[in-house]
Amino acid sequence: MTAVGRPLRRVEDARLLCGAGRFVDDVDRPGQLWMRVVRSTVAHGRVLGVDTAAALEVPGVVAVMTAADLDPVPRIPVRLGPFDRPLDGFLQPVLAEDAVRYVGEPVAVVAAEDPYVAEDAAERVAAEFERLPVVLDATAALEPGAPALHEQGNEVLTLSRGYGDVEGAFARAAHVVEVEVTVGRHTAVPLETRGLVADYDAALGRLTLWGATKVPHFNRDVLAVLLGIEERRIAVRGGDAGGGFGVRGELYPEDVLVPWLARALGRPVKWIEDRAEHLVATNHSRQQRRRLAGAFAADGELLALRDRLWHDNGAYVRTHGVVVPELTLSMLPGPYRVAAYEGRAHVAVTNKTPCGTYRGPGRYEATFARERLLDAAADELGIDRVALRRRNLLERSDLPHRRALPVLGHDVEIDVGDFPGLLDTAIARSGYEDWRREARELREQGRAVGAGLAYFLEKSGGGGFERARVELDGSGCVHIATGGTSLGQGIETVLAQIAADELGTDPHDVEVLLGDTDAVSAGVGSWASRSTIFSGSAVQLAARATAERAREVAAGLLKAAAEDIELRDGRAVVRGSPEHGVALGAVADACDAASAARRGEEPRLTAARTFVDAPMTYPYGVHLAQVEVDRETGGVSVLRYFIAYEVGRAVNPALVEGQLVGGAAQGLGGALMEEFRYDAEGQPQCTSFMDYLIPSAAEVPPVGTAVCEDAPSPGNPLGVKGAGEGGVDGAGAVVAAAVEDALGASRAITGVPVVPEHVRAIAAAQN
Amino acid sequence: MSELHLVAMTVNGTRHEVAVEARRTLADVLRHDLGYTGTHLGCEHGICGACTVLVDGEPTRSCLVFGVQADDADVETVEGLGSEDALNPLQEAFTAHHALQCGFCTPGFLMLATALLRENPSPTDDEIRDAMASNICRCTGYQSILAAVRAAADGEPQPG
Repeated sequence: MTAVGRPLRRVEDARLLCGAGRFVDDVDRPGQLWMRVVRSTVAHGRVLGVDTAAALEVPGVVAVMTAADLDPVPRIPVRLGPFDRPLDGFLQPVLAEDAVRYVGEPVAVVAAEDPYVAEDAAERVAAEFERLPVVLDATAALEPGAPALHEQGNEVLTLSRGYGDVEGAFARAAHVVEVEVTVGRHTAVPLETRGLVADYDAALGRLTLWGATKVPHFNRDVLAVLLGIEERRIAVRGGDAGGGFGVRGELYPEDVLVPWLARALGRPVKWIEDRAEHLVATNHSRQQRRRLAGAFAADGELLALRDRLWHDNGAYVRTHGVVVPELTLSMLPGPYRVAAYEGRAHVAVTNKTPCGTYRGPGRYEATFARERLLDAAADELGIDRVALRRRNLLERSDLPHRRALPVLGHDVEIDVGDFPGLLDTAIARSGYEDWRREARELREQGRAVGAGLAYFLEKSGGGGFERARVELDGSGCVHIATGGTSLGQGIETVLAQIAADELGTDPHDVEVLLGDTDAVSAGVGSWASRSTIFSGSAVQLAARATAERAREVAAGLLKAAAEDIELRDGRAVVRGSPEHGVALGAVADACDAASAARRGEEPRLTAARTFVDAPMTYPYGVHLAQVEVDRETGGVSVLRYFIAYEVGRAVNPALVEGQLVGGAAQGLGGALMEEFRYDAEGQPQCTSFMDYLIPSAAEVPPVGTAVCEDAPSPGNPLGVKGAGEGGVDGAGAVVAAAVEDALGASRAITGVPVVPEHVRAIAAAQN
Repeated sequence: MSELHLVAMTVNGTRHEVAVEARRTLADVLRHDLGYTGTHLGCEHGICGACTVLVDGEPTRSCLVFGVQADDADVETVEGLGSEDALNPLQEAFTAHHALQCGFCTPGFLMLATALLRENPSPTDDEIRDAMASNICRCTGYQSILAAVRAAADGEPQPG
C-alpha cells in the first residue's frame, strides 16, 4: 500500500507531544546576551535625540546602540517583485534615524546578560520626539495636504490591472450594482512570537542563526549583503516554529540587529519578541476599502467588474512589496466568467504598523468584496444568491482560462477545474438546503438564523524551484533535506510519505531536515502554499533517483538484473522471489566510498534533484455557514460551517482537512472578532489578547469538509495544488452573507469584522 | 543583580533547588533555569495558556506565577507525561486525531486536559469544550483537540 493519499499520523508529533520540539527560545548559546528593542511611543515624530546613558548604568547591560552606531543604516529590501516601479523610498531602516512613523518602530537596542535586565534598561533609554501630525487612513493619506510620512509622499503606487471592454459592458448593462466594502486590519498571530539567536565566530568569520523559519536562503543572502559577510560563511539552522501564516520568517529589522550585535559585541545574542511587541512590530495585513461595481445583463450574466481600492500599507513597504494589493486585484474575478474587468489599487502609507501577507493574501479581501457584490446583485435582480453564482461560474469549456492580470509578472492562468461540480458537491455534502430550510423555520419562530455561501478561487505555488537531497543510511533510515520549512503544517510528514513510496520504506523511518542552508545548497522556502508542490516534487525526483541507484547496487549484490529489483518493506528484493533480497541498509553500506569508487561512482546512497518552473496552481472552494444573530446584543454565533475544496491531490487528506478547519477558525476570527484599532493620535488600542481577540474553542463551530481531488494539477508530477489557505479565503464573505440572511437584510453588512455594535444598529434600524 | 531566593520544587518527581530573583516567573524558572523547555510562552499575560503546568495538581499559567511562589510545590510539566517511544493515552489520542499542527500550544492543552480528566474522568462534550476554551490554538480550529480529549476520556483504541 502506498503512503501517499492516506491520512497517516504525523512524523512530527512524538517530539512535539513530549515537549521535545526545538523552538527558537529553546536554543541557548554559551555566553549569550539578550537583546531588547526600544520602540517608538509616538506614531509620527522627528527624533530629537536618544539618550542611552541611564540604560548603560544598569548593571548587566553590555551595550545600547542606536542608528548613530550604524553607518549606513541598512534598510529591509523587498523580497518579492518586480512591481510597476521600485519601492526604495518606502523601505524601513532597521533603526529609526531622523523620524519615527509608527508606534513600535525600533529606535534602539539594548544587549544585556539577562532578559529581565535588558528590559529594565530599555525602559531607561530616553528617546525624545517632536510630534508630527498623523495619518491613519489610506484614503486620507492620499488627499492633498495630508501629513507626508516620506519624502516621496504617501502614495507608494497605484496599480492598474484589467482587460476587455469595461466601458462598453457597463453601457449596455441592464443592471449596474455597486458596493462599498471594507476589510479590517488583521494579523496572523502565530502562538509562538518571533525570535532569533545569532552566534558569530570571529576566528572563522562564520555566522550561525537559529529561528529564521520561512525563507532561510533568501534571508541568508540578504544578511550577507547587509552585514558584509560572504554567503558561504552564514548558516541558517531550521527548527520547529509555532505557526507562520505569512508573517513569520520574513526579514524584519530585528533579524538584522541580532546578528549585527553578535558580531559587534563578539558574543552570541538572543532576542525573543514578547506578545505586546508582536502586535505592533510583526506585519499587519488585510486592511482595504473598496468600491466595486458589476455590470449585469437582465438574466444575471455578469458582464464586467470595475474595482477601485485603497490599501493601507502601514508606515513602510516591507519584504512583500505591494504583492497583497496586486493579488487582490488579480484575484478579484475569482471563479467566474468575467468578460471585462478593470481594477485600480491605491497603495498608501499610514502611521501604523507596516503590512505584509497573511494567509490567503488578496483572496480573503477580494472574495469578500466580490461575493458581497454578488449577494447584493442577486437581491437586487431578484435572483437566488446561489443561482446567480451558478449562472456565472467558469465552465470546463472555458478552460484553460487566461487573464492578463499579472502577479509578480505572471498572468493568471486557470488550467483545470470543475467549478459547477464543486458547487454541487458543497451543497450536497454540507446539507445546505436543509440549513436554509431550518433557518427559515427558525426565523418564523422569531429567531434570527440565516445561511450563506461564498465561492473563492485560490492561488498557490510559484517561487521558481526547490531542491532536495535524499539519502538512505546503513540503518535503512531515509534522510531528506530540502529548502521548505516547517511552520506546523505537517510538511515533514508529507515529504516522508512521498519519499517512502519511492523507496519502499515506512514514512516513520524517514527523517526530514528543513530550513538548514548548509544541508541544501539553494532553496526558496515555505509560502504561498508552495511546499508540497515544490519541495514535494523535488523530494520525489531525488528519492526516485536514489531508488534507481539502490536497485542497481542491489542488483549487483543479488546477482540479478536491476530492472528485476523491487524496493519494498525496507528491502530490495528480486521480483517474484521476495525471499531473495537484502535490507536497504545493506545496500547503503555497499555504497561506502571505496566500493563506490571501484564501481566508478560517488560514495553514499544519495541523490539531489531540483524541481523547477511549475506553473501556479489554482485550487478553489466553497464556504457555507449557518449563523444565529442575537438582536439584543448584536452577537453572532456560527452554528454550522462547511468547506468544499479542490486540492488536485491530497498527499495526506487528514492534513488537508486540518488546514481547512484551522484556516476557517482564523477566517472566522477576522470575520467576527479580530481588528487592530488606533486612537486619534495613532496609539494602538490592541496590544494584548484582551484587546485583539482570537477565537477559542467556545467560538469555533465544528467545521465539515469535502476534500476533492477531481482536477489534479497538470503542472507538477504529484498533481497537487496548495492546501494552506483555502480554509480562510471565504470566511469573511460567508459570515456577512449569513448574518444578512439571518436579519432578513440586504446590503447591510459591508465590512469585516462584523462587530456587535454594527449588528445591533442594523437590528435596531429594522424595528 | 538583585537579591536571590532559594526555591525548592519537585518537577515531574525530581527535586530541584534553584536560586532565583523574586520577580522571575515560574515559566522562566522551568524553561531557562531547570531546562523544561516543553512549557511554552505564547503571550506572557495569562490569556493563551500555552504555559499551563500543574502546580500541586491545579492547572496554572506559569507566566503569571513567580518561581518563588512555587517553593515546596509539586509541579508537573509536559515532560512528565509519556515518552516519545511510549506516549500516554492522552498524547496518543492527540496524534491519532491530528490535534496538533505547530505543536506550540500543545503542551498547555495536554496539561489542561490532564487536569480535567483527573478531576472529571467522564466529562460531557460541553464540559470538554468549556475547559479547552481556556487556552488558544491558532492552527487546528479546536475540533480535533476536543475529539482527542473525548477519545482519551472514553479510553477508546486510537485510529491510525
